Amino acid sequence: MTTAVQRFFDGDVWHSFRSTPLAMAAAAVALVLAFCALFAGWVAPHNPFDLATLELADARLPPAWIDGGSAKYLLGTDDQGRDILSALMYGARISLLVGVASVLLSVVVGVGLGLLSGFAGGSIDAFIMRVCDVMLSFPSILIALLIDGVGRALFPNAHDTLAFAVLVFAIALPGWVQYARTVRGSTLVERNKEYVQAARVTGVSSLRIMRKHVLPNVLGPVLVLATIQVATAILTEATLSFLGVGVPPTRPSLGTLIRVGNDFLFSGEWWITIFPGLMLVLIALSVNLLGDWLRDALNPRLR
Amino acid sequence: MIVFILRRLAQAIMVMLTVAFIAFMLFQYVGDPVTNLLGQDATPEQRVQLRADLGLDQPFPVQFAAFVGNALQGEFGLSLRQGRKVSSLIVERFPATVELAFGAALLALCLGIPMGVYAALKRGNFLSQALMTFSLLGVSLPTFLIGILLILFFAVTLKVLPSFGRGETVAIGAWTSGLLTADGWKHLILPAVTLSIFQLTLIMRLVRAEMLEVLRTDYIKFARARGLPDRAVYFGHALKNTLVPVITITGLQLGSLIAFAIITETVFQWPGMGLLFIQAVQFADIPVMAAYLCLIALIFVVINLIVDMLYFAVDPRLRIDKSTAGH
Repeated sequence: MTTAVQRFFDGDVWHSFRSTPLAMAAAAVALVLAFCALFAGWVAPHNPFDLATLELADARLPPAWIDGGSAKYLLGTDDQGRDILSALMYGARISLLVGVASVLLSVVVGVGLGLLSGFAGGSIDAFIMRVCDVMLSFPSILIALLIDGVGRALFPNAHDTLAFAVLVFAIALPGWVQYARTVRGSTLVERNKEYVQAARVTGVSSLRIMRKHVLPNVLGPVLVLATIQVATAILTEATLSFLGVGVPPTRPSLGTLIRVGNDFLFSGEWWITIFPGLMLVLIALSVNLLGDWLRDALNPRLR
Repeated sequence: MIVFILRRLAQAIMVMLTVAFIAFMLFQYVGDPVTNLLGQDATPEQRVQLRADLGLDQPFPVQFAAFVGNALQGEFGLSLRQGRKVSSLIVERFPATVELAFGAALLALCLGIPMGVYAALKRGNFLSQALMTFSLLGVSLPTFLIGILLILFFAVTLKVLPSFGRGETVAIGAWTSGLLTADGWKHLILPAVTLSIFQLTLIMRLVRAEMLEVLRTDYIKFARARGLPDRAVYFGHALKNTLVPVITITGLQLGSLIAFAIITETVFQWPGMGLLFIQAVQFADIPVMAAYLCLIALIFVVINLIVDMLYFAVDPRLRIDKSTAGH
């Protein structure tokens, strides 16, 4: 393990990271945001879900630097007196959770089907690729909405866990296509290489060839795709939640916060909407920048 | 050419059948249609009777054929939530979405192309750099956030534009149009801008990239050497050649405009199909969802088909590739 870490710090990727200020800045921002989100329970100044600490007298306070704001609530409060800053941290936690979970799911499904498609060939390959074509011709938000709607019809009384599972599934399903296509492409290339043929001749099983020889070769592009997809997944989740079909309202994500704040836009309480929106853009932008850098760093042709 | 068209048509029909099949499965197996129609407390005889009336006791292929037959006539049954015919609900909402989507597409083209040309010709100057930065922002801001920001600025702070609904509309037969009243136009501005921003930045970046590519080619150098004025070179020779991919992408994007209209319509409470669909998803109103799904799929397939054929007609190289490389 120590050697692996050592190798990483001596390697090209780390060097490229150290010489790209934009990537370092994006990583720093992403790390701070992720830290605040993951440890929201300790970092956040208030607990927005603890009804005992909410005071309606504190409702709709503006941010601290505006007249009428209080230093107790740095970014102001919403209609129920919840501290916006704390709600942001808790909300980001849910956004990140859903985003990462759905990307993991689509990576597993996509890589699996891509390997199968590339290795099996024939009618299985043709079928999987046709499905990919059809899915790619529709915008992912539409597919996600549809699955979400079907999930709602199937489980009308879904509570927390099930509702989250449906949401993760809805975001993950349009996502696997890209992994499947990438992995299939690489698999087709690797499959015909001599070392794979040699392994086959010596009687190594297909499953083992996939795992030991093909998989390591396709992980680079998959990693790049996954990074960028985390940002996309978080934005999709926010959009679904904003449309009112995302996470259950008891566990508000950033999108839910924006949706709630939207109702107060006309009475002048812009901070309830704008700060969650800012947080969302900050997360998406930093993850996207990291993904861009990773793509360049892992691409041997650009070195 | 005929073989190509036939193959594309067959593919399109396959896609439509698949989508119809998914819609059919939704209909039959998600939620019980009999319970939906009769309510919880119906007698078993009533249920059997309705089951026979609806043809639910028939074999599966017969039921599917009946569903496709109905769908072809635009019949998707009753909305579970509103108790009205789905087809009339959709017909009612269709004009609003079409006007919004075309408004946005027009805006994206009319602003995107000149901006892209400018950014390519005046590369490196302040304004074109500002345009590029703006386009980066347009790509990374989610649509609903753009809408909210526009509302905050133009409707709440400046109070110059309305932020929800279509305003006054005029009915021409079954088509209600907001384009014939000043109020309707005012209501269209913010939603159309919101919807167009993403496509606008996309078109702008595309035109810029294509222009830079074309300006480097030999025939542009020759045109310059012949002493043609810059104007003629840029717009007569260079821009013309960049437009083929632009038209293709715009055509393909028209479909996603209609899909993304779901978000814009929710932000601005625009009474179009997208809002109808979102409400259907929220209340698990399967007939409306299935009908919307089929309609959107049809729009997508038709657009894809037209774009494919246009491309085929415009670009002769494609014909050679297809026939030698096979498919």
